[in-house]
Amino acid sequence: MATKVFMEALSPTMEEGRLAKWLKNEGDAIKAGDVLAEVETDKAIMELVARGEGVLRKRLVAEGATAPVGSLVGVIAAKDEDIAALVAGAAASAPAGASGTMPVAAPTAALAGSTARPAEPAPTLANGGRSFASPLARRIAGERGLDLTGLAGSGPGGRIIKRDIEAAGAAVGRQPSAVSRQPVVAGADYTDVPLTQIRKTIARRLGESIGPIPTFYLTAEFDVERAAEMRADLTTMGDAFKVSFNDIVLKATATALALHPEVNAHWLGDHVRYWGRVHLGVAVATDDGLIVPVIFDADQKRLSEISAESKALAQRARDRKLKPEEFTGSTFSVSNLGMMQIDQFTAIINPPEVGILAIGAIEDRPVKNAAGAVEFRKRLRVTMSCDHRVVDGAVGARFLQTLRRMIENPLMLVY
Amino acid sequence: MANFDVIFLGGGPAGYVGAIRGAQLGLNVAVVEREGLGGTCVLWGCIPAKALLEAASLATRVKHAAEFGVNVGEVKLDFGVAMKRSRDVSTKNSKGVEFLFKKNKVTWIKGTGTLGAGKSVKVTLADGKAETHTATKAVVISTGSRVKGLPQAGLELNKTTVISSDEALVLEKAPKSIAIVGAGAVGCEFADVFSAFGSKVTLIEVMPQILPLEDADAGAEVARSFKKRGIDVMAGAKLTTAKIGKSKVALTVEAGGAKNEIEADVVLVATGRAANVENIGLKDAGVALTDRGFIKINERMETSARGFYAIGDVAGPPMLAHKGEREGMIVAEVIAGAHFHALNYGNIPNCTYCHPEVASIGMTEAQVKEKKIDYKVGKFPFSANGRARTSGETEGFVKIIRDAKYGEILGAHIVGAHATELIHELAVARENEYTVEEIELAIHAHPTLSEAIAEAVLDAMGRVIHA
Repeated sequence: MATKVFMEALSPTMEEGRLAKWLKNEGDAIKAGDVLAEVETDKAIMELVARGEGVLRKRLVAEGATAPVGSLVGVIAAKDEDIAALVAGAAASAPAGASGTMPVAAPTAALAGSTARPAEPAPTLANGGRSFASPLARRIAGERGLDLTGLAGSGPGGRIIKRDIEAAGAAVGRQPSAVSRQPVVAGADYTDVPLTQIRKTIARRLGESIGPIPTFYLTAEFDVERAAEMRADLTTMGDAFKVSFNDIVLKATATALALHPEVNAHWLGDHVRYWGRVHLGVAVATDDGLIVPVIFDADQKRLSEISAESKALAQRARDRKLKPEEFTGSTFSVSNLGMMQIDQFTAIINPPEVGILAIGAIEDRPVKNAAGAVEFRKRLRVTMSCDHRVVDGAVGARFLQTLRRMIENPLMLVY
Repeated sequence: MANFDVIFLGGGPAGYVGAIRGAQLGLNVAVVEREGLGGTCVLWGCIPAKALLEAASLATRVKHAAEFGVNVGEVKLDFGVAMKRSRDVSTKNSKGVEFLFKKNKVTWIKGTGTLGAGKSVKVTLADGKAETHTATKAVVISTGSRVKGLPQAGLELNKTTVISSDEALVLEKAPKSIAIVGAGAVGCEFADVFSAFGSKVTLIEVMPQILPLEDADAGAEVARSFKKRGIDVMAGAKLTTAKIGKSKVALTVEAGGAKNEIEADVVLVATGRAANVENIGLKDAGVALTDRGFIKINERMETSARGFYAIGDVAGPPMLAHKGEREGMIVAEVIAGAHFHALNYGNIPNCTYCHPEVASIGMTEAQVKEKKIDYKVGKFPFSANGRARTSGETEGFVKIIRDAKYGEILGAHIVGAHATELIHELAVARENEYTVEEIELAIHAHPTLSEAIAEAVLDAMGRVIHA
């Protein structure tokens, strides 16, 4: 029984895909779950996975060519099966939507029970070095299509073991974007609150005034002398403990968001969704433009985890390796242009979120100290863009107060 | 009155190993122990019991010597001699720990300790004098556990007709008949010993299988072997009445809907041990217990009272020497501020040294089923293993339970000769998260018993060669 290989919708917004590279040749034996080809979507390079088994009899799309979602790109069949009719009808019959939007590289049921190792090269490190992971961890990662690069290991000597994969898998497996389009229901992860009349009026009036998202901006200057000390101390303890200022800001923001669900929310037109979990979007500039990968449950993660994850996500974003579920579902975002010597700036809210934090550069600025003397101290300016339909000035300010306490007293981050 | 960095209360496998590890890490360590060093393991458990089991094994094998062309004439058994040898081995091991203490400069305070104010320990010495020592860093409670009777079933220990393993280890001769209540590791080991030395043994277990913590297949295999050797095995058996006389006991046991009257010279109670949490001042020190009566600890061995740690049997099951030893190492590393690796309680091997031996690690098939994990089983009998045939020890099997999808070794169960040695290949494999494939890829020498592990693994992958 032949299996048609369709161009699948590999991201929520994908309409066509460019077949970047075939990974299987005509005549190769194929098992369900094997990666057939790499496909470049509007967002990233994704894997096209076999849904049946047999022999890859025909490749109908050349490398580099573009095919619409739902069109036939190949045929898997038994060695001697007649596929002439299928190939001939390829151009004419492209059943739109037949392929659905299956998550990429999901382990298929056919793989269960098979003990043979699939020939995927997935879990090796990008730099070609050894990946320190247990055989079981490598195998689970391989079958789930997870990349071990950048994953922090909790085994002996930092080795990646099963529980690390499961933790990473849980983060990747979540698809809050789909959830957020559902009608009003209170789930375990968030609380939906219908709009009060006053909120409705505020929303309408402010919207009329300024555009679809009535944004206002709050700027604050934090003293980061102690954060700098903490970072320096960590650095002297060895490279393993090195974190960036951005990591500290992300950790502090996530912790503050957990305390302020009123800004950790989605505007959904007729109601506001207050999230009980903090999924922090981190804006990353790539050659192709801006993308915002997500650190899921960022408030639950240690500084070292946030550091490792944000580094890995940024690298994957630049390599165009992000999967859709890795850049959707954030509940609040942070954009940092400090490393480009921008003192302060305003960032555009990433809807349906209701706030974004713009982080400027750290600079030595003169301030009056307790003794009344002028002293140069390291200062950091952050500007929060707030969606006034949800976040009032005082609400945003209270969040920034908490954030200030966290960043100015970085020990709170370990409390 | 002296100051130490750390004082251990109890010098069993948890306490003495922790003390030595602490000394290695530069701590000034004292151990308060009223009996010999080595605790239940060395004095009243593992070591002397294994010495007796070795005698039992020899007795059993020598009966088959003629089949190997070795004629030994009439075999006479003397339990008293076996017991004395067992005590000698035990004493030697205890002296060995004393030597290790001297080598590592660990102080042994001979007496009974109780927790005092702060981190002090009051010690009542053998001559009745009392002294107080103070720990500057930590007090570690490693007081272990003790035998207990089954008073709710009328089996209060009287040390003559109702005995525990403590008394069984120092009997001058094997009783004519013995009823053993509880067929866990201890019960099965003594059934083996006394049966080999000619006692009529009845083994009574309330759970549906003997060795109730082991895989059902393992329990069934041992039960079959025991029955063949004339041990009366009663599983799923409820003790209803117990009449205890001066030289006889009479038990009524309901099993399989039938009432059985059992008479025996002695009844051995082997239904579990009690944690030694009494009279050591835990309450005043603020050390909390679990609802099962053990000291409550976290993965750093910390109790609810700051500066007080607990390890070994007193800190909860499994009550195994090797679990206590590892907790001892961890507590020393935590106190010294050294790096430590948290104990994976799901990867502790269980060993029973009866014949055939039983060893296991990980989950039983029933546990895997209960967790609704998709699994596959591979099994290989020693009757198909060359080495087992050469030694005439063909009882038992290797059973491997693997995750159907990822090949993770979920559980491994070995019944047969040297099972307790063989299990460690799987302990290493599981600790390093090797899958069935890594085990299979490692070449197993021929002819060895270990080949049965490789074959069971192959069987779990649907590729067994020799069966």
